[in-house]
Amino acid sequence: MFYREAGDFKTSYVNDSQTFPIQFDRWRYYAVLFVALGIVPFVINDYWASAVFVPFLIYSIAAIGLNILTGYCGQVSLGTGGFMAVGAYAVYKLMTAFPEVNIIFHVLGAGIITAGVGVLFGLPSLRIKGFYLAVATLAAQFFLVWLFNKVPWFYNYSASGQISAPERTLAGIALTGPEASATAKYLVCLGFVFVLAWLARNLTRGTVGRSWMAIRDMDIAAEIIGVNPLRAKLTAFAVSSFFIGIAGALFFAVYLGAVEVGEAFGINKSFLVLFMVIIGGLGSIFGSFAGAAFLVLLPVFLKNVLVGGLGWPTDLAAHLELMIVGGLIVFFLIAEPHGLAQLWRLAKEKLRLWPFPH
Amino acid sequence: MKDIAEGYVTADGRKIGGTLMEMKNITLRFGGVVAIKDISFDIREGEIRAIIGPNGAGKSSMLNVISGFYVPTEGEVWFRGEPRPQMRPYQVARQGIARTFQNIALFKGMSTLDNIMTGRMTLMESNMAQQAFWWGRAQKEESEHREKVEKIIDFLEIQAIRKTPVGRLPYGLQKRVELGRALAAEPKLLLLDEPMAGMNVEEKEDMSRFILDVNDEFGTTIALIEHDMGVVMDLSDRVVVMDYGKKIGDGTPDEVRNNQDVIDAYLGVSHD
Repeated sequence: MFYREAGDFKTSYVNDSQTFPIQFDRWRYYAVLFVALGIVPFVINDYWASAVFVPFLIYSIAAIGLNILTGYCGQVSLGTGGFMAVGAYAVYKLMTAFPEVNIIFHVLGAGIITAGVGVLFGLPSLRIKGFYLAVATLAAQFFLVWLFNKVPWFYNYSASGQISAPERTLAGIALTGPEASATAKYLVCLGFVFVLAWLARNLTRGTVGRSWMAIRDMDIAAEIIGVNPLRAKLTAFAVSSFFIGIAGALFFAVYLGAVEVGEAFGINKSFLVLFMVIIGGLGSIFGSFAGAAFLVLLPVFLKNVLVGGLGWPTDLAAHLELMIVGGLIVFFLIAEPHGLAQLWRLAKEKLRLWPFPH
Repeated sequence: MKDIAEGYVTADGRKIGGTLMEMKNITLRFGGVVAIKDISFDIREGEIRAIIGPNGAGKSSMLNVISGFYVPTEGEVWFRGEPRPQMRPYQVARQGIARTFQNIALFKGMSTLDNIMTGRMTLMESNMAQQAFWWGRAQKEESEHREKVEKIIDFLEIQAIRKTPVGRLPYGLQKRVELGRALAAEPKLLLLDEPMAGMNVEEKEDMSRFILDVNDEFGTTIALIEHDMGVVMDLSDRVVVMDYGKKIGDGTPDEVRNNQDVIDAYLGVSHD
């Protein structure tokens, strides 16, 4: 009825290949932007920022990053936590070494450093695939965490071995440290998400994205038609790590404020982001958002219902959450390997025909 | 056969040019197995050249040598008058050699349009930064190449499946999309590995028509492997026959048909 391509004529190829080809989707997108920018900043408080919005936005960046590598380019990675740690420690070193520079540049710099590290650990992907590559990236995960624990230079020789973000301001408003307001944190993270999601969309719809997907779907054929596999895989590692590095930097500086590497960026983090990508949908940017939202909101929801509503003990609720997430992952792998994004696509296809069955 | 040093004119009046590719004494060994034994032949500009032979004769290996997937143990590949240095397959693609596969090798998760757009990979020039910001060349290039791709889609009559993921398409259409992907690169030389395998008569007729039209309209040189003798004899200008890695015949379809070695290879020889 309202969700139709009919009548919305595309007269140029630019028009035909836009992100939201159906008018209703465009309106929905503007509505989301309006809510995110026009309403949420004015009503957000510390609880909502630290429990829901900020982690959702940061995990979205990490999930988009991993999705570029695993979903678009087909290279499985279990090193996400390690690469987030690189981003966190890079931003910490940059913040403490150049305190006069704007923190936005520190975060971007952390992304670039992580991209370099990602390329380095991506080199084995030229020789090995699948499970074997997963194990190689797992080595990266453990090596990086070990490195940041063992080399005191990385945590500026602090006695606790932790790093904690010094207070930094953006246009006079505190962004890190204890004084930072929920609104400032939210808006900066939202800005990063908006720009990075746009970059990811551009990259995945153009030549680079097609070369990634070609490598994912059939690497031999990709090479025969002119894709340089070395270039395609390493750019995927670089872009993916850039995103994950920025996520790690924001996670440390804006969200947590103080970090112990094994705790915040351990193997659990790698799996969490991987689960977001799998549940959300491999090879879909919308899926990255959906997966991040799902895995950030689910614990909050369960906690509110089980502990707040039913009065169950907290530890029981926490264990139940693990079981539910595990069950869902098994369910998704069997029932819908393409995740929430695929369910969303199917729903849209049905909606296009609605109220007619065919 | 006529002297063909400067090219020749076919029975249906097409002009065939000089040598585009020449295989000189190609030998390919895998350990003790000799897949190709000292084979030489040439492919001329604008012609349809078939490679035939019984199963295991080394035809696909030969195609893999041409497309850079295998490096010949001995011998040289000459392309456009120069010996080709050792190259990775993607570099060969950039020289203007495209191919299709015996078992369809499409990118299953991508749409028909994206598959064919990927075929133009070698012709795209915008760099990654331009693409990331969708600025300057990137956006313009996308539309320009889309226009070329749409022409191929029209040519192959696959407009209706433009945005369908290729994994959902029936076999015959997938073969057609794969041909489209190879054509998108605007190749000088198009290699087709059994383009008609597993097709019914109608699909074969369609595919034959497309192959002839590609050759006729775009002037693309085509080298193909095919088992259907009727198709080979009708389509090709010249035929190379291989058996057990050796060349046993080379010439026009009529010459090859009457060659005693070829008849023996296909029908067997009685030993009494």
